[in-house]
Amino acid sequence: MKDQLDHYAARVTAGKMNRREFMGKAAALGVSAAMASTLFAAAARAMSPVAGGVFRMGVQGGESTNSQDPASWASDVPIAGGNCWGESLVEVAPDGSIEGFVAESWESTADAKTWRFKIRDGIEFSNGKTVTAEDALRTMERHSNEDSQSGALGIVQSIESMRVDGDVFEVTLGIGNADLPYLLTDYHLKIQPDGGFDDPTAAIGTGPYTLETDEPGVRMTFKRNPNYWAGGQDEIAHYDEVEVIVLNDATARTAALQSGQVDSINRVEPKIAALLDRAPTLSVRATEGRGHYVFIAHIDTAPFDNNELRLALKYALDRQDMVDKILQGYGSVGNDFPINGAYPLFDATIPQREHSLEKAREHYAKSGHDGSPIILRTADGAFPGAVDAAALFQQSCQAAGIPLEVRREPNDGYWSEVWNVQPFCCSYWGGRPVQDQMYTTAYLSTADWNDTRWKVPEFDEMLLAARAELDEAKRKEIYSKMGRMLRDEGGLILPMFNNFVDGVSNQIQNWSADPNGPQMNWYASKKTWKA
Amino acid sequence: MHPVLTLVVQRLALGILLLLAASALIFGLTEILPGDAAQAILGQAATAENLANLREEMGLDRPALTRYFEWLGGIVTGDMGNALTNKLPIADQIAFRMSNTLFLAFWAALISVPLAILLGLIAVRYQNRWPDKLISGVTLASISLPEFMIAYILIFFFAVQLFWAPSFASINDGMTLLEQLHAISLPVAVLTLVVLAHMMRMTRAAILNVMQSAYIETAELKGLTTFNVIYRHAFPNAIAPIVTVVMINLAYLVVGVVVVEVVFAYPGMGQYLVDAVVKRDVPVVLTCGVIFAAVYIVLNIIADVVSILANPRLRHPK
Repeated sequence: MKDQLDHYAARVTAGKMNRREFMGKAAALGVSAAMASTLFAAAARAMSPVAGGVFRMGVQGGESTNSQDPASWASDVPIAGGNCWGESLVEVAPDGSIEGFVAESWESTADAKTWRFKIRDGIEFSNGKTVTAEDALRTMERHSNEDSQSGALGIVQSIESMRVDGDVFEVTLGIGNADLPYLLTDYHLKIQPDGGFDDPTAAIGTGPYTLETDEPGVRMTFKRNPNYWAGGQDEIAHYDEVEVIVLNDATARTAALQSGQVDSINRVEPKIAALLDRAPTLSVRATEGRGHYVFIAHIDTAPFDNNELRLALKYALDRQDMVDKILQGYGSVGNDFPINGAYPLFDATIPQREHSLEKAREHYAKSGHDGSPIILRTADGAFPGAVDAAALFQQSCQAAGIPLEVRREPNDGYWSEVWNVQPFCCSYWGGRPVQDQMYTTAYLSTADWNDTRWKVPEFDEMLLAARAELDEAKRKEIYSKMGRMLRDEGGLILPMFNNFVDGVSNQIQNWSADPNGPQMNWYASKKTWKA
Repeated sequence: MHPVLTLVVQRLALGILLLLAASALIFGLTEILPGDAAQAILGQAATAENLANLREEMGLDRPALTRYFEWLGGIVTGDMGNALTNKLPIADQIAFRMSNTLFLAFWAALISVPLAILLGLIAVRYQNRWPDKLISGVTLASISLPEFMIAYILIFFFAVQLFWAPSFASINDGMTLLEQLHAISLPVAVLTLVVLAHMMRMTRAAILNVMQSAYIETAELKGLTTFNVIYRHAFPNAIAPIVTVVMINLAYLVVGVVVVEVVFAYPGMGQYLVDAVVKRDVPVVLTCGVIFAAVYIVLNIIADVVSILANPRLRHPK
């Protein structure tokens, strides 16, 4: 009974259960009303932070080939570690606003072309060196110069020139961008001494913890940075130590959380999430994010160059069925454009496309397709459940008389041989903090990752106009038009937005949702504490 | 020179040739695989520009043969070089991973080999009676289950339900030997269950074969107990096939345990090799492959030598 009560109390603390529910459950366990009320008060009194202890994260997405060089990061483990030791200039807060890290304040000219970031006064890297605007400049240089191998290269390419002015780092853009601070929140852009030119893998930054041991593909351990600028251990970053443990196997990860060997895990599989949540010592926390699973067609390649066929496929798709069966409800339906309510300036009035076999048949007939098989390529690694999702899609297409054929590809080499190469395949997008960045990354004519070959000059013009537009109402209107256009004509078939599903021990306090990423956007080690 | 010594020298020389051939084969195969390290690292984030930059930095823009001989030159002079992906020295990584793999293999072997032989002897002693059937039944059942399934079953009972053993085997230098053994208890149990049946059945078969001989009948007529007959007369003559199968299983414990490593998140060689293949880190793949091949070759030489030494007719050829 104690376990059960503790479990309910933890749910109260986590904000997942209200007083009425708690009292009801407690009564069912035979606890007196007075006692239950006291327990509720204790649980609800958001406990004050406790300094100390070790926070152990079991994380999927680490390989023995990982490096501490931020430019090379592409999976969750290096990012989890990176957010311990490093900080970018600015970061997106859970509410979608911009929060200063290495930069204390920032401002732009009216045309959003020149941006000035004032570096926080007197803060130090973990090696004791004071952070200067020069370090910020060199970091951006390393990610954007012509030798760059950085995953952020596409993001920082729009920068025309940069300079240092005292403690201010100034960026000038070719085309004004009201969202520039959002671009600089990219996880690759951790500010390093001299930009990391001397030693990119040194793991020296301004973060709340410092790297102690690094065994690539196995684990990383961190110690509290005693000089952390944002405050002492009882104010922020409460743990003495943080451990990031690589647990790529889903069962190993869940077992580690259940047996208490780790305090939190990422990527709880949707099919076991509800079951796991019943365990008394932990909670499953789902966060609505911007990531989405997609079927992408190259609109410049037959037969996908025919919009009627694309519409037929879009109508044939049963989105709710996919959310229920592939995500087990841990997600929401998509509407064939990559934006959802988690983005600022989202237009909720754009009508949701419904599953309609009738319309699918109608559009398919209009397309005049010759009936040859339409090949959809998929792989287990395209997104979790991609093979099953492709099969579901195939079945609903079959019901509409569309000859969709699923071809399974190996995981190995999928991103180099199939995605962005073959005309129709499964893929996923992690989402971006703002609409401009999402569209710029994959829907601008010149984008490297334009994986639907969406090259529409009118769309590009609207994107650029919205980018420099500082009036939010006008911006929202332009984004709404762009969304509708992509929804009705694009090569993107978007069945669902997926939630981040984390498993968290009930010992961990102050857990909150952050739509920017799993594990509180990888700041759990900084914001939570152990009871 | 003693004929056994000649044989060892010959085998070693052949082994080195075999290693060369293996490395060439592995290199050829990794070249055939689609994509390269630069593409594998950048994945979805690849652009033509950062791909080209990364290739140039990794030296992937040079011809394949140049890269192979560079690696070969390095390894012959004892320099394994750095990994393409994270630029860490391969030697350090392998030292760390290999010692973990050997640690796990050693304890699994220490338990499973004597246990398998003992169970084999018992099975022969009670041939076709219930102890024989029980031993055979249980070991065959455990070898028939996929190893990850055994692992999950053990994790469920011993880690999640009973909290007796950790669910993943994380070991580091800061732990005492006892703590390390506790950490690897479940993987050792799984490996033991997996290799037990093969060795035990082979022991049983080899001894039963010898038991048909006339001298066993003589020994029995002398009045020795059954167990003594098996232990003193049958077992020594059955050593050669037993050693062969033991060596095959030892080799498996070193090079074939990647599934167990993944399930228990154990930082061994198998996982390292798989990561390297996925990321097309060719120098690491080559080095691991050659080490694995060397383990096989050396263990096989040992098996042959032991077979010869165990057989007086081969030991003293006319």
